[in-house]
Amino acid sequence: MLTAYQLSFSRGNRLILDGIEGSLRPGRVTAMLGSNGAGKSTLLKLFAGELTPNNGSIEFGGKSISQWDSRELAQRRAVLPQESHLAFAFPVREVVMMGRFPHLQGSEAPHDREIGDAALHKLELAALADRPYPTLSGGEKQRVQLARVLAQIWEPPASGHRYLLLDEPTAGLDLAHQHATLQAAQEWARAGAVVLAVLHDLNLAMTYADDAWVLENGRLAATGPVEEVLQAPLIERVFQVQAELLPRPGHARPVILIEPRLSK
Amino acid sequence: MNSFTQKRWLVLTALAVTVLVLALISASYGPYDKVRAGEVLQVLAQKTGLSHATIDETTTNVVMDLRLPRVALAILAGAALAMAGAALQGLFRNPLADPALIGVSSGAALGAVVVIVLGGTVLHGVVDVLGVFALPLAALGGGVAVTFLIYNLAKIEGRTHVALMLLTGLAINALAGSAIGLMVYLATDEQLRAWTFWSLGSLSKAGWREIGAVAVLAVPAMIVLPNFARPLNALTLGEAEAHHLGVPVQHVKRWLIFLSASMVGATVAVCGTIGFLGLAAPHLVRLAFGPDHRLLLPASALLGAALLLLADIAARAGAAGFDELPIGVITALVGAPVFLALLLRARKKGEF
Repeated sequence: MLTAYQLSFSRGNRLILDGIEGSLRPGRVTAMLGSNGAGKSTLLKLFAGELTPNNGSIEFGGKSISQWDSRELAQRRAVLPQESHLAFAFPVREVVMMGRFPHLQGSEAPHDREIGDAALHKLELAALADRPYPTLSGGEKQRVQLARVLAQIWEPPASGHRYLLLDEPTAGLDLAHQHATLQAAQEWARAGAVVLAVLHDLNLAMTYADDAWVLENGRLAATGPVEEVLQAPLIERVFQVQAELLPRPGHARPVILIEPRLSK
Repeated sequence: MNSFTQKRWLVLTALAVTVLVLALISASYGPYDKVRAGEVLQVLAQKTGLSHATIDETTTNVVMDLRLPRVALAILAGAALAMAGAALQGLFRNPLADPALIGVSSGAALGAVVVIVLGGTVLHGVVDVLGVFALPLAALGGGVAVTFLIYNLAKIEGRTHVALMLLTGLAINALAGSAIGLMVYLATDEQLRAWTFWSLGSLSKAGWREIGAVAVLAVPAMIVLPNFARPLNALTLGEAEAHHLGVPVQHVKRWLIFLSASMVGATVAVCGTIGFLGLAAPHLVRLAFGPDHRLLLPASALLGAALLLLADIAARAGAAGFDELPIGVITALVGAPVFLALLLRARKKGEF
């Protein structure tokens, strides 16, 4: 369980997040939704322990994440960044192996290499393993980063849970890989991890998420099971569009159609 | 043994052998032409107790007091400058970073020029007490002080902000440059000459005492630095990403700056400024063997030592009739075209 207690965060005089409270549950994918500037990335950084809240706290495994030893936390928590620039031309395999950093005792064990290879295969990167990272396309880079992040929390820890934070994991990916990425996220959740993904595509959220957190101007506008949260009136208010939910034959959840809002 | 460990072992052994060969060539070369490689080896064998042959005193003195100190200083200085360059490029995630960026070089230059210009007048009391150590101490002090200043100005809420540090470094380096300019303006012709030679770099000041002083500062730093190889690899991803991987980023930054400043500060204090080595050696290693810091840090040190030995041989060989060419002139003259050629090759292969 990853729980936020009355989180607030401000930069300068600007209050970016205010009164965020709620729990992310293991076994479930939570989609974080909201328009640009709503505070999604900031909230993700607070969960990552990268930023410290001005007020409130975040608890994981019974203690505040600021009290975790950085290495022990890194064995359980992985974060997929939004952009994926690399300063030097490491080969793809080595970038993925960097994910094993918090697990290494001295040098790499054969087990770590196996996990690296498995992560490469999982994201269909085996053929690119020896290519220098800068020569990849944007989408390929994004998949390498995901493989690195999955290699980091490949196995459940001896005790407690893992958590995976994904900041716009589908940005820049083709359709097949968008789905493959969220399927991997779902697979990790089903294996007992807490998964939080910032998404812009409401239909992807509807398809792969179990829960949704909707942020509006730094506050939580709604939380709960995704099909209960994503109702037309909320979507129209938060995203400033017109929305229509259509039932989909053979599927439990509807498909969402979006149109620009009519000018008044 | 996996393939990386194998490659690392091979590359480091090859480079170490190169350094030894160049060291012997360098030690065999000098104006006193009765001392050649054979004599150098004989003296070494005798000193290490492997041989008890009698060697004439002049030969022993030339080897022990003139040739070897020079070789030792070239190895130490080359290794320290190149390894510090590799560490700083990794830390700043910028292949253009070199020791000048954290202010060591400009601070040391300022310290040196102040002693050269004001040593006879305003500061003569201090210089009288310190004697020949006044210049190296002022250079080391200046280097460390300026690094410390830049480092502290670039801290926000206890965290070193790398982009801010680059910009602060630019501003502080410009200030130091202006102060150096003022000193040069005030200098007499003789002082100007002393300053020019210092700023071009030289290995000829080397006595065992000076080398001992460099070694005390630089050797421990060179031993500790490779322990930061994996954190430096992780930092390639970015600071936030390294933090997510459990790297104690702030701790790593503080140590890398401290270690690099002491390595470079000690070297510059004794040899003056030797340009280009700290920038180029890590690049050459990266282009040839990849960017992994587990190999890059030790290989840069060895390549730096080899290159400086080579430059020193060239400086003495190319002087024909003169004393010797300043070593900083050679490192840039030979280094820059080679570096450029490698860059062009890499560009062709699409590695940029």
